[in-house]
Amino acid sequence: MSASSAFNDDKGGSSSVGEAEYAYDPVSGKIFSSDYNRHDDLKEMLDSNKDSLKLEAMKRIVAMIARGKNASDLFPAVVKNVACKNIEVKKLVYVYLVRYAEEQQDLALLSISTFQRGLKDPNQLIRASALRVLSSIRVTIIVPIMMLAIKEAASDMSPYVRKTAAHAIPKLYSLDPEQKDQLIEVIEKLLADKTTLVAGSVVMAFEEVCPERIDLIHKNYRKLCNLLIDVEEWGQVVIINMLTRYARTQFLNPNINESLLEEGSGGDKTFYGSDEDEDEDDDEKEKEKKAEAAAMAKRKPYVMDPDHRLLLRNTKPLLQSRNAAVVMAVAQLYFHLAPKAEVGVIAKALVRLLRSHSEVQFVVLQNVATMTIKRRGMFEPYLKSFYIRSTDPTQIKVLKLEVLTNLANETNISTILREFQTYIKSMDKDFVAATIQAIGRCATNIGEVRDTCLNGLVQLLSNRDELVVAESVVVIKKLLQMQPEKHSDIIKHMAKLTDNIQVPMARASILWLIGEYCEHVPKIAPDVLRKMAKSFTNEEDIVKLQIINLAAKLYLTNSKQTKLLTQYVLNLAKYDQNYDIRDRARFIRQLIVPTEKSGALSKYAKKLFLALKPAPVLESPFKDRDHFQLGSLSHLLNAKAGGYQELPDWPEAAPDPSVRNVEVPEWTKCSSREKRKEKKVEKPFYSDSEGESGPTESADSESDSATASDSRSGSEESGSGSESESEEDSESEEEEEEKKSKKKELKKPVQESESEQSSEEEDRKPEKKSKQQKSDSESESDEDEESESESSPSESEDSESEAEVKKKKKVAESKPPSKPVKKEKKEMSLLDLDDFEPAPSPQVTPVNTLLSNSLVTDLEGLSLSDSVLSPATIAPSSALKNYELLHRITGEGLTVEYCFSRQPFSPDANMVAVQLQFTNNSSSDTKSLHMEDVKLQSGMRVKEFPEIELLPAGETASAVMGIDFCDSTQAANFQLCTHTKKFFVSIQPPVGELMRTVFLTENEFKKEQGQLMGMNEITEKLTLDARCRNEHAIVQRVTAAANLSRVPCGSDKECRFAGRTVTSSSLVLVTVATREEGAAQLTVNCEKMVIGTMLVKDILLALTQ
Amino acid sequence: MGEHRRRSAQTTGKLFFLSVVQTEVPPLFVVEFLHRVADTFQDYFGECSETVIKDNVVIVYELLEEMLDNGFPLATESNVLMEMIRPPTILRSVVNTLTGGSNVGEKLPTGQLSIIPWRRAGVKYTNNEAYFDVIEEIDAIVDKSGTTVFAEIQGVVEACVKLSGMPDLTLSFMNPRLLDDVSFHPCVRFKRWEADRVLSFIPPDGNFRLMSYHVSSQNLVAIPVYVKQNISFLETGSCGRLEITIGPKQTMGKTVEALMVTIHMPKSVLSVNLTATQGSYTYDLTTKALIWTIGKLNPQKLPNLRGSLSMQSGVPKPEENPSINLDLKIQQLAISGLKVSRLDMYGEKYKPFKGVKYLTKAGKFQVRT
Repeated sequence: MSASSAFNDDKGGSSSVGEAEYAYDPVSGKIFSSDYNRHDDLKEMLDSNKDSLKLEAMKRIVAMIARGKNASDLFPAVVKNVACKNIEVKKLVYVYLVRYAEEQQDLALLSISTFQRGLKDPNQLIRASALRVLSSIRVTIIVPIMMLAIKEAASDMSPYVRKTAAHAIPKLYSLDPEQKDQLIEVIEKLLADKTTLVAGSVVMAFEEVCPERIDLIHKNYRKLCNLLIDVEEWGQVVIINMLTRYARTQFLNPNINESLLEEGSGGDKTFYGSDEDEDEDDDEKEKEKKAEAAAMAKRKPYVMDPDHRLLLRNTKPLLQSRNAAVVMAVAQLYFHLAPKAEVGVIAKALVRLLRSHSEVQFVVLQNVATMTIKRRGMFEPYLKSFYIRSTDPTQIKVLKLEVLTNLANETNISTILREFQTYIKSMDKDFVAATIQAIGRCATNIGEVRDTCLNGLVQLLSNRDELVVAESVVVIKKLLQMQPEKHSDIIKHMAKLTDNIQVPMARASILWLIGEYCEHVPKIAPDVLRKMAKSFTNEEDIVKLQIINLAAKLYLTNSKQTKLLTQYVLNLAKYDQNYDIRDRARFIRQLIVPTEKSGALSKYAKKLFLALKPAPVLESPFKDRDHFQLGSLSHLLNAKAGGYQELPDWPEAAPDPSVRNVEVPEWTKCSSREKRKEKKVEKPFYSDSEGESGPTESADSESDSATASDSRSGSEESGSGSESESEEDSESEEEEEEKKSKKKELKKPVQESESEQSSEEEDRKPEKKSKQQKSDSESESDEDEESESESSPSESEDSESEAEVKKKKKVAESKPPSKPVKKEKKEMSLLDLDDFEPAPSPQVTPVNTLLSNSLVTDLEGLSLSDSVLSPATIAPSSALKNYELLHRITGEGLTVEYCFSRQPFSPDANMVAVQLQFTNNSSSDTKSLHMEDVKLQSGMRVKEFPEIELLPAGETASAVMGIDFCDSTQAANFQLCTHTKKFFVSIQPPVGELMRTVFLTENEFKKEQGQLMGMNEITEKLTLDARCRNEHAIVQRVTAAANLSRVPCGSDKECRFAGRTVTSSSLVLVTVATREEGAAQLTVNCEKMVIGTMLVKDILLALTQ
Repeated sequence: MGEHRRRSAQTTGKLFFLSVVQTEVPPLFVVEFLHRVADTFQDYFGECSETVIKDNVVIVYELLEEMLDNGFPLATESNVLMEMIRPPTILRSVVNTLTGGSNVGEKLPTGQLSIIPWRRAGVKYTNNEAYFDVIEEIDAIVDKSGTTVFAEIQGVVEACVKLSGMPDLTLSFMNPRLLDDVSFHPCVRFKRWEADRVLSFIPPDGNFRLMSYHVSSQNLVAIPVYVKQNISFLETGSCGRLEITIGPKQTMGKTVEALMVTIHMPKSVLSVNLTATQGSYTYDLTTKALIWTIGKLNPQKLPNLRGSLSMQSGVPKPEENPSINLDLKIQQLAISGLKVSRLDMYGEKYKPFKGVKYLTKAGKFQVRT
């Protein structure tokens, strides 16, 4: 076959595309058949004036390259076209150049001037691609030119070009590592860039060129954290991985208290030691903390650096990313950096990834396997997601098995074993073998089931598949080693198996067992040796070695019967082909058979051979894998890959946090307050930079609108976010306070001061707002100034005392519960208007309505948490949550809110009372407010509220309506009508509002609970939120989530609640039993299973967040 | 392209994508990128197969050139790519040959620069429409006795949005509390979801997956069908018996369609001799897969498959019965009960045409025997 025909064959594929394009050129067919001329013709085409011909030629050349054919002799002809105007030709020339430039360096230089011109082109795409290709040409002579181009591009006005510059950095570095210092300068400059486009690429360059220069990150840390959510997904992965490393060097271990406790509580060690082996060190915290809280506080109170918190908070939403790499990156960040109580959030996301492609599954399972060793509790709720399907590929099955084994504990072992039982019957024999090993591991780890497992395995010995039997023998051997005296019958049984089992490993294991425990089977052992001696020559090496071993041991214990046999075996071994066996035989003979020459050792032969051997530890192959950063290639391979950056250990003492402060002249001193401040200030920068990169951006909402509006309210992200924020604030405040009054006094018990301060803090927020709102004309910058002044230390005292006053006022005000809420509301809406009305772009308007909406809900959340936290409102009935029925904008000035008043609805006891609050924000009166056209699910009923005749402008009215939801959470839809308008609205109750309180005694409760077992009982394990570990907080949260009343209870470890559903009067019983370390168990007994499950969910949410 | 890479491969259909890496890189990063490449090919050429790639090698080169720079992903949004490199159509290639135009865009796509890279500017449609498909898959393992060992629902909301301009959409559900775990297309505003449980987003143009979600096993998962089976291999002689009946269980009053049963028989089963009361069956001798295509499930007359299996003689009987994999579809039903309550559009004046479809499918639905 000549080359030409082969080429034609190949050609067949590509011609079909091209057909339409070059069928018009009748010559092309001929060109291709004449092999030797083809390059000439291509050259001709490239030299022609017609772009279409050039394009055609380039396409063919690229196709040649793709097929691995050498097209390098065309280089001069192609290079000429680098200046071609047709952009597609140009791109293909670039492809060619990058491929061949290194081979033809001199010729490649011809093209450089074109790129240099391209770098000055007004079109940013051309500038960028010129830089891309220039930096991809690996010719050393042009390094200085590249360097210059990169430096210039790094200050280009187009972020796209700057991004390209960031990409060019590692290319140049790999070409000439001596440029490192200069490149670092460029990286430093680009790191300061504020566009999301550049962030990912420059961090990638940083990782490749100078990962050790962690100091470059300090100043950009907060910016990176804040930008993260808007960076493109690939950038996110790189940034998160880098920040994980960074955080490990800069912050303290959030779990440090636990490790300290271990050292500190030496006296208690034995007590806790008992459960340590089962659950590592997870269980101890709660109890000890109480006892030693004071002492600990003196020694080393752990306060999380606000920057550390910032990182955790900003990465959390990315768990919802569709990109598996991003989810994995966040998961490893949480695993390596988060406090134990918070790591749990990643489990759900990782389990979700298990639905993905099998490659993704493989990687994720590897990581999950490592995580389960350290933090088993995290994945326990998802146990069933790791169940194996017969259609899974074997390697996935084995990994899932690994995870299941790691997750096994006393409570779930029976389900797991049942599951294993089905696996054993699988047709996939490798998998069956792995399952048997897994059973072995479960048996060693969990003492209670050891006998069950052993029995199960013994039954497997009669399996027809030899592999299964062999594997079982091996595992049984390991198990028996733990307590041989109890199981001599099993050993006997196994001795019988030597006749049948042929798998060498299994035979060897049996022989070893008999030899080791020959005292337990004194009669059988010699007989086995006799049989083995007979078949010695036909055995595998590994079996032969064990036969010698058995012979030696028997000789030592029972030399009368076995002396001759041993001699015989040793003689056979002496002439074996394998030198190992010959060696062993010689060695053993010297040891056991006493001769004149034998040394001192033979006296100790018995001790040597029959020493007590420690039972093997069956452990996971994933143990200790976590010293590799999770999610990395090195972790996957369990070997260090090139360029892997070790994850550093936590520092002993935190490095100076002030390095992360961005220099702005006003703030000279470093305090935690300033830090908070900067977070806020950075955002305007960010939105500036967005403005510069194009008009379309302003159309997108959340992030920039958030920056526009949230600059003040910091980062209360969402409903519960506000709470966590306040906590953090109070923490940092504490820190500060401590600095001030270092020796003055010891801290008050932590919790008290915390809650006090947090309520202060929260009071202050609305305060700020109201201030602002009063001076209507205040501009953005004023706002900044104001909050600045508030956070500057000199004034902080004032503001605090102010807040104190405010707080008192607030308490006074809070007596009539509805009023202050309403007031706040109104202020907020005014605030929105001030903020947003002057927005310039027409596109922005609709987004604003959305935003203001979400802002209101944010604030609503705020006011809610306010009321929940303030001590005045402990009584459950006052912790009412307001829901929005009609927003001011959609309602054209009319705002309607509703809350479930939790009062009995007098006209009809089967209805839930809903209190509506109407506010007329418009300038005209609203008349005849009533409801119409009620649409309900079958069975539901509504008692309408009485018509409100007149609602003057600016006034507020309230009314009560009753809805019988039929114990379902289906929404009640109806129209709210005024004299001019109709609005569609709907009320959907949280499940907790579908019940009314009942009072039960402890005994009644127990009795009722006894009747609602089985299907009607739902039990859920949970880890209580750190702020919700006392009884008081639990009661508060549960009663806020559901309208239940407390049932008295003798134990302080349990809180019980009871209620009845409104419609059907079914009992609802809730028990929260707390354990150490924030662990708790929630039990809901309810005849209505749907209500029960939903209630469990809600209460879980309330207790864990 | 990714010049220095080692390891990591995966398949789509029969094609393997291999990427070589030399240094440390998150494995999922590579895997995810390769999937993105495969998806892009799919978008451009309609399928991702060897012939298609051979035929379009130039475009493939151009695409990879845009997607990767020195091994780091550059532009992976197919909306952006389509603006830079236009997908091949017959019409376009004809036009290009006549006018000498090219497939490559002259300008930097606007999406590349904005923070909404997924949407290109200046989209125009005469018919503005937005369709959403709520597709749920039931993953379940049912054991021999018919009890559910494990069941969960995985759902996705697929969207096909063809709207002009820059629409800002808000999609809300009747019962968002059902959703246990969600992941979103980057366009969805996460904060809005956290606060109000509504999906607020500026959609990409065309088809995309808006969200995928998970309804956990804590909520009782309705299992739409039950399977009565009896598969036995006789100890003596070389045959076995098989009988399978399928009936409706919790179908919420909808018809079960496209019912299909797949059983991977043990190697020793040589052939099968069965009769089906409904549908037809095939037995692949090489893969040992018995596939019974049933179609619609008629509750009055339950489909039944019975008959004998002939086994290789002299081989011990298989100790485990093969498990049964089920496939089915239920139109107009989301088995979790999830319902879209409304879709609102802001930012544009016109009135779009809206539609929602529901579909329930069997995912990995396995009955152990």
